[in-house]
Formats: sequence, structure tokens, C-alpha cells
Amino acid sequence: MTDTATETTGKESRYGVPAIAGFTEEGENLSPLNEDSSPLGGDASKAHSHGGGAGVPDSSRAGRLTSYKLEDFKALTGREEDWRFTPLKRLGGLHKKAPTGAAPTLATELSDGATLETVGMDDARVGSAGIPEDRVSANGWNAAAEASVLTIGANAEDVKATLTYTGAGMEASAQHLVVVAEPNSRGLVVIDHVGSAVLIENIEFDVQEGAELTVVSVQAWEDDAIHAGSQQAKVGENAKIKHIVVTFGGDLVRLTPSARFAGTGAKVEMFGLYFADPGQHLEHRLFVDHSTPHCTSNVLYKGALQGKDAHTVWVGDVLIRAAAEGTDSYEANRNLVLTDGSRADSVPNLEIETGNIAGAGHASTTGRFDDEHLFYLQSRGIDEKTARRLVVRGFLNEVIQQIGVEELQERLNETVEAELAATDN
Amino acid sequence: MSTLEIKDLHVSIDTEQGSKEILKGVSLTIKTGETHAIMGPNGSGKSTLASTIAGHPRYNVTSGTITLDGDDVLAMSVDKRARAGLFLAMQYPVEVPGVSMTNFLRTAKTAIEGEAPSLRHWTKDVKAAMANLKIDPEFASRNVNEGFSGGEKKRVEILQLELFKPKFAVLDETDSGLDVDALKVVADGVNRAAEGSEMGTMLITHYTRILRYIKPDFVHVFVDGRIAEQGGPDLADRLEEEGYDRFLPVGA
Ligand SMILES: Nc1ncnc2c1ncn2[C@@H]1O[C@H](COP(=O)(O)OP(=O)(O)OP(=O)(O)O)[C@@H](O)[C@H]1O
Ligand SMILES: [Mg+2]
Repeated sequence: MTDTATETTGKESRYGVPAIAGFTEEGENLSPLNEDSSPLGGDASKAHSHGGGAGVPDSSRAGRLTSYKLEDFKALTGREEDWRFTPLKRLGGLHKKAPTGAAPTLATELSDGATLETVGMDDARVGSAGIPEDRVSANGWNAAAEASVLTIGANAEDVKATLTYTGAGMEASAQHLVVVAEPNSRGLVVIDHVGSAVLIENIEFDVQEGAELTVVSVQAWEDDAIHAGSQQAKVGENAKIKHIVVTFGGDLVRLTPSARFAGTGAKVEMFGLYFADPGQHLEHRLFVDHSTPHCTSNVLYKGALQGKDAHTVWVGDVLIRAAAEGTDSYEANRNLVLTDGSRADSVPNLEIETGNIAGAGHASTTGRFDDEHLFYLQSRGIDEKTARRLVVRGFLNEVIQQIGVEELQERLNETVEAELAATDN
Repeated sequence: MSTLEIKDLHVSIDTEQGSKEILKGVSLTIKTGETHAIMGPNGSGKSTLASTIAGHPRYNVTSGTITLDGDDVLAMSVDKRARAGLFLAMQYPVEVPGVSMTNFLRTAKTAIEGEAPSLRHWTKDVKAAMANLKIDPEFASRNVNEGFSGGEKKRVEILQLELFKPKFAVLDETDSGLDVDALKVVADGVNRAAEGSEMGTMLITHYTRILRYIKPDFVHVFVDGRIAEQGGPDLADRLEEEGYDRFLPVGA
């Protein structure tokens, strides 16, 4: 039974300075899947759950293999720590074969200060801010014929770029995008994904000194799309990235946004919103790698689920390395399960290798909208449809507000309405 | 004047052992302007009666009627009952994730009135009602009942009572879990609601203390799914002294 995944559970914690350097704070695991001894919760995950971080290299996020070479990654079995929630059968072969189809077409809208180039994969900017963290990402990296490079010029203000990728079919393809926010620039990049596609996507964000970049990645795919996306940010000294993910389309979407720091005083905000319908698998795995002093990160992902076999996975790895003194970090994931038969997995992992931090905390809750909530609202005169709307809108609004782009916020509100309308009958 | 009339109400619930009858023929008529206190031992069915009036889906009415000015309440959906003027202050108010009090109160008021209240007046009304009930203004931005203490939840129920102005209010142990001061504050709130709008009140309680502030016109003793005795305010005092022994089957 998947009951435990839909129970209301809560866990909050915030730590100032941990008692012992090297202390590992283990995230709560809401999925019975994770508790299974074998085969899904293999040795690595067991060692992990003991915490302590004492010489268990493969349990630490720091020990995860990264490489530009596909052959460095072993074939996937589905039992790997980072693939254990993903139904590989539904991955459209993205982990097995080189994707050779035509990538989604790109339409752009660029304001002053933004330029877009198409370059070869040997361009110096490709690989400047990212490196594959798993086999699928490496597979796409290898297969991509070219990369798009979007540059936001140094000191430019109010730059806005909208990149719309429209998938044209179900032949597996790969695409690569590099966004360079030059020093002290201020920019907003909306990356929109629509249509049908089977896609490996690698996106790099090179946020240079003093730059502030806001990214909104919208996964508004058709129902059949399969999307494995890596989005990696390198954030320079006193630079800031606000990375927002909105996922509601597609059959299977698996995104791995990550952020690394390349200087002190950098700031990372990662927000996410997902809405899973019957049968959808929406997975978000985040990684914030604190390796330099006095940086901050704040993560909030919220998800709503409805219908049979709607499945969401959220894993948030935050690593505060020994050198990252003065780090301030917080991550939270909140899920709202609207109907029976849906399942939300939520795993925050916080590893702290220095005692000298400003703060680190995590929270994970999975709440259920049930008959008692409905009864309470209805007993105040509110009809069922409105009650459901009230709850979902209120819940997701916290993240929608973060977007700060009115047209986009409106579009998302409409999407939420449409999602809700789908279960009205 | 309005009348809420309950006639020979039988209610059962589905349990693992099958259907179990909880209410075994309850008849009670409440008119606006009247306050009826209902007292009775734990498990006698008081909350069942309250929830059945509100329309909780767990309770099956097997026979009998509930009417509001002649209209069949049992045929109405839960929300329609509220819009018709019924209000239940719950014994255990539910926490609703994701919905702020402000948003909730406005949405409910709009639903009950059939149109959105004028924003300026409404905000003022909410603030004033919260101040009267000594509810921290900060609660307006919190989610409905989420993390509220037992006593805070009860106050927020009465806040709604004051704002929604129902014809009939069923208060299920609103006094339980309130400290002495809060009891007075909440009782004042109920009295204000009763004065301001013509309201009939069904007050379920275990204690006569609240009846010093909210004066009942009638007291009903509820035992084993039935009203075993009715009387005036003095019946409550007698119950406090004697307990329910004389109503219970010998040897129970
Ligand atoms: N799901 C259930 N399964 C079995 N019995 C139930 C269930 N729900 C309620 N009951 C029973 O119904 C009876 C009436 O309960 P109710 O809550 O109406 O009592 P009450 O008079 O409000 O009690 P109290 O004074 O303790 O609030 C009780 O005996 C209770 O155990
Ligand atoms: Mg009760």
C-alpha cells in the first residue's frame, strides 16, 4: 500500500551550529519504497540512513560521479540511488540509446542586452558551468550536435529572454543550452517546453560576478512527452540566481537542477511547483553544493497531486562542505495530495561538514486534502469545486508569487484552474 | 422568525462491525431567539446530532426529518445548509492546509451572502470581530486552524459565527478547552451574535459554567441517542449536582 505516502506528515528542523563537525542530518523519507531493505534501498541508502557521514563515500553527494564521457557511467539498472524512483521503462530509451532525432524547435523573444548564438559543442562556453551527473545527461551531451548560447551582456539591466522549445514528435533527441549572465547584468530567462518530445536536455547557467539571473523553466508538455533535464548553475562572487521550475505536462519529467558556488557572497534561490495528474511521473532532484564561504541558498518546492498513479518525487541534496563557512541554507518541500491513489515521495538530505555555519535546515511535509477538509469548508457555505480550488490555489500561490512575471503568473493560474477542472466530474 | 425542527431522527454510522444506530429518535424544535442547552454523558450522541444537522457524510439518516422553516434540510448539500443559515461550531475544528484565514473568511462570506462583501467594510468587520474575541491579528494570514491551539480554534469558530450571522448555530462543546477568560470572551461573542441577528442556538456542553454567561431557555438531557428529559435552566444545576445516574439503565 502507498498509504504512508499520502498521510499527513510533517518534519521541520533548523540547525544553527551542529554539535559536531561532519554531522550529517538525514532527511525524512516518506516513501515506503525507501524503507524497503532490498533491492530498492540498497547498501548505499542503508549506510546513508545511519548518518554520521563517517567514511561512506558513495553515501555522500560529494562522492557522486560526474563526467563528460558517457562510458564513465555504468548502464542503469534502476537500483541506483538517484534512479530508484524513476520508472526506467517509461524513459523512452533515453538511458540506453543515443538520441538521434531532431531536437525541439526553438523560438526566441529577446530584449536588448540578450544575444543568442548557435555554436558547436567544442565551444569554450559549453561545459563552463555544468558537467553531467548521470548517464542520461552524459548521453544527451554526447549526442547533441550543437549548443545554443544565450548571453546577457555585462551591466545590462532589465534583460528578458523567452525561449520556447516546441517538440515535434516522439523520436528521442538531445539539446544543449548555455546561458551566460555576464558580470553585473540583470536578466530574466523564461524557458518554455511545449509539444511532444522525448528529450534529453542539458542547460548550463554561468552566472558571473555580481550578476542576477532569474530563470523560469516551464514544462508544459503534451501528455506523452518524456523529458530528462539537467539544469546546472555556477554562481560567481556576489552573484545571484533565482531558479524557478514549473512542471505540469508530460508523461515523465525528471529534472535535476543544481547549483554550485564559484565565489563568496553568492546567493541561490530555487523554487518549484509541480502538478501531477493521473499516471504522470514528475521528478525533481536538486543539489546545492556549498563549497565557498558565506553563500546562501533557499529552496522551496511545492507540489499538488491528483488521481490514480500520479507520482511525484522530490529529492533535495544540500551539501555544506568544510570550506563553506558561514553558509546559510534552507530547503523545504511541501506536497498536497488531493485524491486517493496518488503518491508523493519527498527526501531532503542535508550534509554538513563544518560546524561554522550561519544556519542550515530542512522541512518536508505531505498533506492530504481529505473529506474532513472538504466538509469543513462546505459547512461554511463553500461548494466543493470552490473548496478544492481554494486549497490548491492557496497552496501553490506561495511559489507562483515568486515568479514575478505577470503574464506567466496568470498563465500558471489558468493552468491550475484547468488541472482542477479536469477532476471536477 | 425561523424554526429548525428535528423530528424522530434516527441516525446510524457504518462501523467495521456493520451499521450502528447512534441516534434513536430525537425530536427537538428550536426557534430563532431561543437557546437550547444539550447536556449528556460522553458517547450519548450529541456530536452525532450536531454533525447530522450540518450534513457530515459519515452519518446516515435512516428515518426522521430535519426542516428549516419547512424546507427539507436533509435533502440539501452541506454547503447549501450553511447558505440556508445553519452553522456548526465544531468540537474539533479541522486544519485546512494552504488556505489563509483571510481568504477563507472572505470566500465563505461570499458564498453565504451570494455576493462578495464590500472589501472595505469586510476588512473592518473582520478586524473588529477578531479584536473582540482577542484573536491576534496575525492569525488572519495563517492557514485555517493550522497549528492553532485548542482554545484558539474555538475562538476562531465563534469568529465565524459572528461574521457569517447564521439563523441557527449549533455549538458543540465550544466551551471545552477554554480558560476562564477565554470562556467569557467566547460567551460574549455568542451573545453578540444572538443579539445582533435573530439567532437560535443549540449549545452542547458538559459544564454549567458557560450557562452562567449564555442563558439557556431550555435544557435537554441527552442519553443513549435520545432526549431523556427536558426542563428549564434549573435542570442544568440539578444535573451538575446529581450527574446522569438516574437516566442510565440500572446496573450500567
Ligand atoms: N467510527 C465509529 N465507529 C464506532 N463507533 C462510533 C464511530 N463514530 C462514533 N461512534 C460512536 O457513536 C457514539 C456517539 O458519539 P458522539 O461523538 O456523538 O458522542 P458525544 O455525545 O458527542 O460524546 P462526547 O461528550 O464525548 O463528545 C459513541 O459511542 C461513539 O463511540
Ligand atoms: Mg461530542
